[in-house]
Amino acid sequence: MLGRDERIPSGCAIAGFINEDGRRENGERIRKFIANMRERSNGLGGGFAAYGIYPEYKDYYALHMMYSSRKARTETETFLAEKVVVVKDEPIPTRKIPEIGDSPLLWRYFVEIPPLRRREIIHEECFITDIVMTINSTIDGAFVASSGKNMGAFKAVGYPEDVARFYCLEEYEGYMWTAHGRFPTNTPGWWGGAHPFSLLDWSVVHNGEISSYGINYRYLEEQGYKCSLMTDTEVVVYAFDLLVRKHGLPVTLAAKVLAAPFWKDIDKISDADERQLLRALRIVYGSLLLNGPFSVLVARSGELIGLTDRIKLRPMVAARQGATLLVATEEAAIREVCPNPDRIWIPEAGTPIIGRLKGGAIHA
Amino acid sequence: MSIRVVDAHKLSYRELNNEIRAAVAAGAATVKVEGACGQRYIGTGVNAPVHIEIYGTPGSDLAAFGNGPRITVYGNGQEAVGNTLNAGEIVIHGHVNDVLGVSMRGGRIFIRDYAGYRAGIHMKAYREMKPVIVIGGTAQHFLGEYMAGGVILVLGLGADDRPPVGDYVGTGMHGGVIYIRGRVDTDCLGKEVSVLPLTDADWDTIRGLVGDYCRYFGGDTRAILDAPFVKLAPVTHRPYGLLYVP
Repeated sequence: MLGRDERIPSGCAIAGFINEDGRRENGERIRKFIANMRERSNGLGGGFAAYGIYPEYKDYYALHMMYSSRKARTETETFLAEKVVVVKDEPIPTRKIPEIGDSPLLWRYFVEIPPLRRREIIHEECFITDIVMTINSTIDGAFVASSGKNMGAFKAVGYPEDVARFYCLEEYEGYMWTAHGRFPTNTPGWWGGAHPFSLLDWSVVHNGEISSYGINYRYLEEQGYKCSLMTDTEVVVYAFDLLVRKHGLPVTLAAKVLAAPFWKDIDKISDADERQLLRALRIVYGSLLLNGPFSVLVARSGELIGLTDRIKLRPMVAARQGATLLVATEEAAIREVCPNPDRIWIPEAGTPIIGRLKGGAIHA
Repeated sequence: MSIRVVDAHKLSYRELNNEIRAAVAAGAATVKVEGACGQRYIGTGVNAPVHIEIYGTPGSDLAAFGNGPRITVYGNGQEAVGNTLNAGEIVIHGHVNDVLGVSMRGGRIFIRDYAGYRAGIHMKAYREMKPVIVIGGTAQHFLGEYMAGGVILVLGLGADDRPPVGDYVGTGMHGGVIYIRGRVDTDCLGKEVSVLPLTDADWDTIRGLVGDYCRYFGGDTRAILDAPFVKLAPVTHRPYGLLYVP
């Protein structure tokens, strides 16, 4: 069972790093990184996003699926067969450990859009997001954990360090990893509801809550996103996808939409063009302002973004060591895996911390 | 003087605190905690004037409800250092994250470098108990938010051209006093605070605290004092007294 019916009211921990030189490493460091903050989670959700892990299939969308029944799998595979070419499918390797119970069926598919279809499709990525939205909202018991190229989300109900062992993350090598330890407050602790939330190669891990969820999701549904995961965090993924991928905003401006500067601060900006730009962003994208406390790590191929709400109601610490940028909820966690960083600091609220693969981001 | 060394690296916060309490019960005057890596509440529940030296990164809520120990950290602090501190002293050779000294009601905290958001939020004084926070570097936004009593001193050392404090200073403040070395843009002040002239008594307080700061961390007291200081105090001690009463 995916356990969607449970609600156990009970903060969260986030951690992530990017090796900007592209050096890939296995999941051991991220496991230790997030495990340091065990006190912040309560065993009702843990998960990881890993980038650069499928180099041999890097040109295919990797669909990580969770099924609560055989029927859900059959329906999903029938649906996929109509839409895409599955070049490879296999169970996601796991190891049985007592700490993780009642696993749904976990399967992954490497897919491509059929050559004949490509001509009719204007936006290949929108074609994939439609598939994800359709599966999540219409096939009972089927849930897409991630759908990007050369990346994957691995999540479960449990403590994150156990989730890492469950998914054998020591056997994957990525240049960027993010992690989450969950302490669900407003929404149930179920497998699909564990972080990260992911769409295409976007993934988000989040500490906090989005008080503006209602207005955000109504706006995103008008733009074709279906919020079906029973959690506030999914709006952050769709917001980045809409602003950056579809509307072409740079990440720094997307951050100004989500953690918008106050009007009084915009009025103080001396440069008239910049003032006008920030005004316009607030007016056009008012419905995407994320209100309430949040500290998030957003990742996509070649890029790691840390962002907090504009009045800093959740903590975040960043550090640099050589070519690596590390971001986490707590400094101690950073020092657990990077004892003597070149620099360690507390970022300004609402100002994104960005790490990028050298030589430019590799977007599909 | 007996010194007890505790290797914290493999210990949970509970085990670590049990070790500290056992050492204090056995008469240790100094407990040296090595390899701290995120354990919360270090020094909580220790009601003795013992010296706890911490190497590494202590976890959040360092000395929460602290009631006597003198704690020295050779490293940075996380969130809520001195949460509801009652008595004792915390000296941090580094910077600290948000909500430093949240709700503290006694004792003193000295931070060598900068402090994150909401330092001194809701600190309060009662009769002879007067909590004190000294921040050597800068303080990020919302310094002294809802402050109800006590003293905050921000020195802004090493800030160069940056302002010593962020925006929204003293928002909701209704007691106590904030001293800031350097200039403060009045746009950054909460509407509940006003700038007041410094009295001789204020200078005595500042001089004393800067002297202590330099004793702990080094520095030239005279050079630090040779700068303008700003005093902030609340306009009224009950800013919201009539909020729900028409």
